[in-house]
Amino acid sequence: MTARNTLALTVAGLLLMAGPVLAQPTEIRIGVALEPPALDPTAGAAEAIDVVVYQNVFEGLVRIDQTGAVQPGLAESWTISDDGLTYRFALNEGVTFHDGTAFDAEDVKFTFDRLLAEDSVNAQKALYEPISAVTVIDPMTVEFTLSRPDGLFLFNLGRGDAVIVAPESAENNGAEPIGTGPFAFIQWDRGSRVVLEQYGPYWGEAPALTRASFVFISDTATLTNALLAGDVDGTNNFAAEALAVFENNVQFKVLVGSTEGETILSTNNRKEPFTDLKVRQAMAHALDRQEIIDGATYGYGVPIGTHFAPHHPYYLDLTDTYPHDIEAAKTLLAEAGYADGFSATLKLPPVAYARLSGQIIASQFAEVGIDLELINMEWAQWLEDVFANKDFDLTIISHVEPFDIGIYANPDYYFGYDNPEVQALNETLNATTDEAERLALAQEIQTIIARDAVNGYMFELAQTGVWNAKLDGMWQNAPVEGVVLRDIHWVE
Amino acid sequence: MNWQLLGRHPSLVVGLLAAVLFALLGLVSLWWTPFPIEQISIARRFLGPVAEHWLGTDHLGRDILSLVMRGTLTSFVVAGLGVIIGIGVGVPLGLAAVAWGGIVEWLVLRLSDITFAFPAVIVAILIAALFGPGEINAVIAIGIFNIPVFARVARGGALAIATQDYVAAARLAGLGNAAIAARHLLPNIMSLLIVQGTIQLSLGILAEAGLSYIGLGTQPPATSLGLMLRDAQSLFLIHPWLSVVPGLTIVLIVIALNIAGDGLRDAIDPRLRHEGLNHGAG
Amino acid sequence: MGVDFDMTFFLVRRMAGFAATLFIAALVIFLLLDLLPGDPARFILGINATPEAVAALRTQMGLDAPAHERFLAWVGGMLVGDFGLSTTQRLPVAELIAERMAVTLPLSLIAMVVSVVVGLPIGILAAMRRGKATDTALMVLAQTGVAIPNFWFGMLLTLVFAVTLRWLPTGGFIPWDEDAGAAMRGMILPGLALALPQASILARVMRTALVDVTEQDFIRTARAKGMTKSEAIWRHGVRNALLPVLTILGLQFAYLIAGTIIVENVFYLPGLGRLIFTAISERDLVLVRGATIVLVVVTTATMLVVDLAYAFVDPRLKGREA
Repeated sequence: MTARNTLALTVAGLLLMAGPVLAQPTEIRIGVALEPPALDPTAGAAEAIDVVVYQNVFEGLVRIDQTGAVQPGLAESWTISDDGLTYRFALNEGVTFHDGTAFDAEDVKFTFDRLLAEDSVNAQKALYEPISAVTVIDPMTVEFTLSRPDGLFLFNLGRGDAVIVAPESAENNGAEPIGTGPFAFIQWDRGSRVVLEQYGPYWGEAPALTRASFVFISDTATLTNALLAGDVDGTNNFAAEALAVFENNVQFKVLVGSTEGETILSTNNRKEPFTDLKVRQAMAHALDRQEIIDGATYGYGVPIGTHFAPHHPYYLDLTDTYPHDIEAAKTLLAEAGYADGFSATLKLPPVAYARLSGQIIASQFAEVGIDLELINMEWAQWLEDVFANKDFDLTIISHVEPFDIGIYANPDYYFGYDNPEVQALNETLNATTDEAERLALAQEIQTIIARDAVNGYMFELAQTGVWNAKLDGMWQNAPVEGVVLRDIHWVE
Repeated sequence: MNWQLLGRHPSLVVGLLAAVLFALLGLVSLWWTPFPIEQISIARRFLGPVAEHWLGTDHLGRDILSLVMRGTLTSFVVAGLGVIIGIGVGVPLGLAAVAWGGIVEWLVLRLSDITFAFPAVIVAILIAALFGPGEINAVIAIGIFNIPVFARVARGGALAIATQDYVAAARLAGLGNAAIAARHLLPNIMSLLIVQGTIQLSLGILAEAGLSYIGLGTQPPATSLGLMLRDAQSLFLIHPWLSVVPGLTIVLIVIALNIAGDGLRDAIDPRLRHEGLNHGAG
Repeated sequence: MGVDFDMTFFLVRRMAGFAATLFIAALVIFLLLDLLPGDPARFILGINATPEAVAALRTQMGLDAPAHERFLAWVGGMLVGDFGLSTTQRLPVAELIAERMAVTLPLSLIAMVVSVVVGLPIGILAAMRRGKATDTALMVLAQTGVAIPNFWFGMLLTLVFAVTLRWLPTGGFIPWDEDAGAAMRGMILPGLALALPQASILARVMRTALVDVTEQDFIRTARAKGMTKSEAIWRHGVRNALLPVLTILGLQFAYLIAGTIIVENVFYLPGLGRLIFTAISERDLVLVRGATIVLVVVTTATMLVVDLAYAFVDPRLKGREA
């Protein structure tokens, strides 16, 4: 064998070896149910915005990881003053926006001044209201001053609503988002898909994927077909009813994880007959939680007995406070003066879990004499009727904000629960930084609202992703909304 | 029409019989269904056809036979009311256009154009946004779609009759426009209206299914064939039976109505053939 | 000259009708949308937004002006081709509509072509074999074609040709300038789903029209001259039957432009119907009214063309519109 032949063989061998490596795909097509109305996460509440851009196109000072913990983001480190009122962030060097402009402390100040301004259209402005000043110390250092301690401040900085934007591009982010993330926005074929591409000069570790498209498919049957045909490679949250198609299919993996969505039978506490504790207790007894979970989530929901996420360390299992008991419910109704039951409306937003649970609950309540009229609504109308005008008896909704038990301390909130004891406890909780104390306070509130049967506590929504079996690195849980592409990669 | 006539049109008999049978099945559901349709039992869902449930149970454990019966009723009622609206508004307009002519005719034609210019689906979307989705929404949308159809059919049929000698004679005898429309024009286009009504009924049943599919039609806990089909759509690969039952029911009802419509047309008056079909595009 | 005058008068009257229709339609659309419950600003900002943020956005969206001013501004803008800015996407509505037309128009055309290519021959064949088994079989096929709900048929097509055989995509749309071949492939299944009922209707209309024509005198004459029935139908019947077929085609095109929404849903295509559907749920009223009026213009214009075509083919109809 001549040297030349050996060389040729070696080259051939290398090519053979290189073949599969080169063939390793670096692109992904992700099916998502909802198309975002725009792509600026700081100017809209739609979770569909975060699904596409959060941590992919835009980054915050810190980022939330898949366990819900806070990790360094654009800020490499930070220090907190002893009184919990001053946060000083050291920023990463060499960060650029996708349009090439450099990132520095001025961009941070701009972002938060814009967010807190009088004419701000940030959907979560209230979360950042404790911020009293943002000061640029030097180009790579920025300091936040708070008016009161806020145990969730860092977490809130990691949300999509607080991602850093540049003064040069902020106005156009809705149509053409420009951030600092590992993926740059390429195009948005409206009604069809958004395409992102790896951003070469990214300051951090380069992701494995070079290109990602989010394809908008609202119909479950259609999404099923697209997955089966390989037209999309996965979806972060697939309708539970059709999961069975993929569960025993080796070409797919089904990831079942947690979300922050407490799904409740929300009750108008300021309206007769729901002002009566006995009526609310009767309703709690009338609910067959397990049947609802089986029927509406195909068993994937996790039962809750209070308004708290079961995977959170502060969670207290209160599901036995009012067990399913039709006789007890009837007795309580009779004691409350409704021996023959009563009629009420149940307004349902356009989501599968609400529409299905609604039908099941109507059937369950009928057994104790409560006659529910189901009213199906669009989101816009639900927001106006139920949420803004508080014109409702009952509704079903998933509260997806993390750690949102504070809504029970707001008597003006749509379900109108007014309990000074809870309000005081919540105020103490907000100002407390000691973990053990916080846990005790949070659990006390959980117990009170469960006992008061403020709302019908049903289940924590599950996140059920379906992915090509050769994909890895997807988030199983959803501590915040988003399909974070950072760690997703193809494996053989 | 008489019985010999029916004998000469066997497809008419088959179509009419089938359509009436389905309508009766729906009507019966007002008084009796094997199981109450609101009764949900998750533990008993997805049963195939068994002795207790002839057609099995759906994703909420409801009896499918009961749902099909009630769903058929809803589909017929929605489509039927749509036809009634169409005839009630469209026919007087069409007759007035012929009887009065001139500016009235121009107005009727413009009104019919405007109504026609709004595609039924868009009307349904708008009404659903205004009043919330539901059967009423479907009825109004289908009814509005039917108005210009009947207006044009009535006008077309009446035009042909208005030139007949006896109409001119009636006019000479001092009969007013309204009387002419009521006494001479209307009776003579009845058969045309019946034929068109049958066709619009079948289109209405399909339209209801389509509206329910995009979430604008019948809403739970009520049910319709379209809604059943929509609910079953995402389960098709797991429980195909759930869509086969309402899907086939829709197909059979529509075929029955169309055969009946075609048969009626042939039986009543072979000359009416194109007029009846002219607006079948929807 | 009398004929020309008639024709001019007819044209002017018809065009005036067209303009009046559009104006009234615009008014109806505007009023209906103004009545809609649901605050667009609240929709965008969601449940945790502060009232000031919602108010700020309302001002930004120009929702504070009185209704008549907004209506006049809208109609005035449209006359110079300005449809306004979409409230949710902050982009010119005209541009958004044009994007969707790039899907809806070709899709409707494909469906039309398929329904003509499939429907007419079936109708002709059935007429030639009138009363025979072929006729019955074809008409049963046509009856079934009309009766299958098209979202159901669309899904069956997907299961066979996309999921099982993998010949075609399950849906989605690749822009024409990116990959015209892929764009075309994506239109085949939805085009077929849309074409099925249309083809069935066309086949039935064609058959009926031909059967009618064959009963008329000139066909008898032709047959007396020694033509076979098929020859007579080919030579004389088909041409004479085209008028009713053309009417149906006009109606079908108008219907397809708006009626594709259900099929767009099944095949996740970004067409005009879905644009209106999502825009209304997001309360993007500027976009909804712009897209709706475009649909109305297309439908009305199609009807106008059909009427004019009729008038030219059969001048007797000028006096009284078809």
